[in-house]
Amino acid sequence: MSRTRDALIDPLFNSNPIALQVLGVCSALAVTTQMDTALVMSAAVVFVLLFSNLFVSLLRNQIPTNIRIIVQLTIIASLVIVVDQVLKAYLFEISKQLSVFVGLIITNCIIMGRAEAYAMQNPPGMSIVDGIGNGLGYGVILAGTAIIRELFGSGSLFGVQVLRLASEGGWYTPNGLMVLSPGAFFIIGFFIWAIRVWKPEQAEPD
Amino acid sequence: MQGSVGYNLAFAAAVCLVCAVVVSSSAVALADRQDRNAALDRQKNVLLAAGLATDDESLGEDEVVTRFAPITRIVVDLATGEQVGDVDPATFDQRAATIDPALSRVAPDNAARITRLPNTVLAYEIRDQTDRLEMVVLPVEGLGLWGTLYGFIALEGDLRTIRGLTFYEHKETPGLGGEVDNPRWKARWTGRMAFDDDLAPAIAVVKGLAGAAADDPHAVDGLSGATLTSRGVTNLLRFWLGADGFEPYLTRLRTEQGRS
Repeated sequence: MSRTRDALIDPLFNSNPIALQVLGVCSALAVTTQMDTALVMSAAVVFVLLFSNLFVSLLRNQIPTNIRIIVQLTIIASLVIVVDQVLKAYLFEISKQLSVFVGLIITNCIIMGRAEAYAMQNPPGMSIVDGIGNGLGYGVILAGTAIIRELFGSGSLFGVQVLRLASEGGWYTPNGLMVLSPGAFFIIGFFIWAIRVWKPEQAEPD
Repeated sequence: MQGSVGYNLAFAAAVCLVCAVVVSSSAVALADRQDRNAALDRQKNVLLAAGLATDDESLGEDEVVTRFAPITRIVVDLATGEQVGDVDPATFDQRAATIDPALSRVAPDNAARITRLPNTVLAYEIRDQTDRLEMVVLPVEGLGLWGTLYGFIALEGDLRTIRGLTFYEHKETPGLGGEVDNPRWKARWTGRMAFDDDLAPAIAVVKGLAGAAADDPHAVDGLSGATLTSRGVTNLLRFWLGADGFEPYLTRLRTEQGRS
């Protein structure tokens, strides 16, 4: 029981895929200017991770070792295409904003990393939990980054204006850095710092 | 026998087959909804170019239809500029016509690298109660850096001043060429002149910043880090506003204005 809980909770802070393993940073920079896109992207990654871990785990004893990477990739790519199709059909506006980054989930190292490192050795049930946990770990950092970027970069949250902008007669002058990708680099850097102060065992020895 | 070449091939084939079935059935099952979304998005972009909607509005299907009320869609013969009566504008698909050999022809050599031209194109007109032209919205397309840009340009009733420009589909790099759909950049087009005094297409995306619309009417700010996309936008606009593009149609509208 506690192993299941660990597989779900550990990736949130103890072994966060972005903050500790520093994987999947490209998309974390690109989709976090708004909460909407960050959450949809996180949901897409959770979905893909869950099912790629499940299918890889189900086939783990059948997959020939010498073609295992390409088999994992085929499964991941198919899942990503399905997600992309569903977004285009049901969340068209957000899918336009996410543009290539949904397709790029295929190359997100978190997904293949979990397939190769976890699902190839563990039974389906645990693999699903591990997939959800790592997806949520990615989502936590994305949501945290997006809250800061959208609030200070555009003065809004989920597209609703919270801080009245100076350009519209209010008092808040938006911070342009937050809208640009380097802003996300700083924020994710601060997250990594904060997590390592909280959990010093994560810091690499000098 | 696990590990043999035959097993590997059979396993790979089975995985591919299952994945192919999953991918293609999801594509087929969702195609209708996606097509409806794409059509709605095109209409929304006509409204954006015409200034009847703004980028930060999220419009539902009904709202788009309501705002489309003043706009008349007409099918125009590209070579003569005359309206074609026997094609229904509501069902006419210009993208499909462009690749249908029976409805299109090979394009003359051009800088926008357009390979085929449809015989008929879709134009959008807004007229006042006295039938005087207030605005015309024209579809444009052409090669950027990575792929074809599809968009609309809206001209004011004088058929020279640009009302707006939008791109609803492109494959340019996000953050660089992808900034063609940035609302702040698109706003720079409003009020610029598409044609020079001889009615030749003169609008160009320049390197760096353009002057004020009054002093520098034919230039628009370039996109930093996206020279090839900027050049593509210039080329495609000049093509579609020129002799092989909408010139016959615009000439007909100008003659009509001269008469009234």
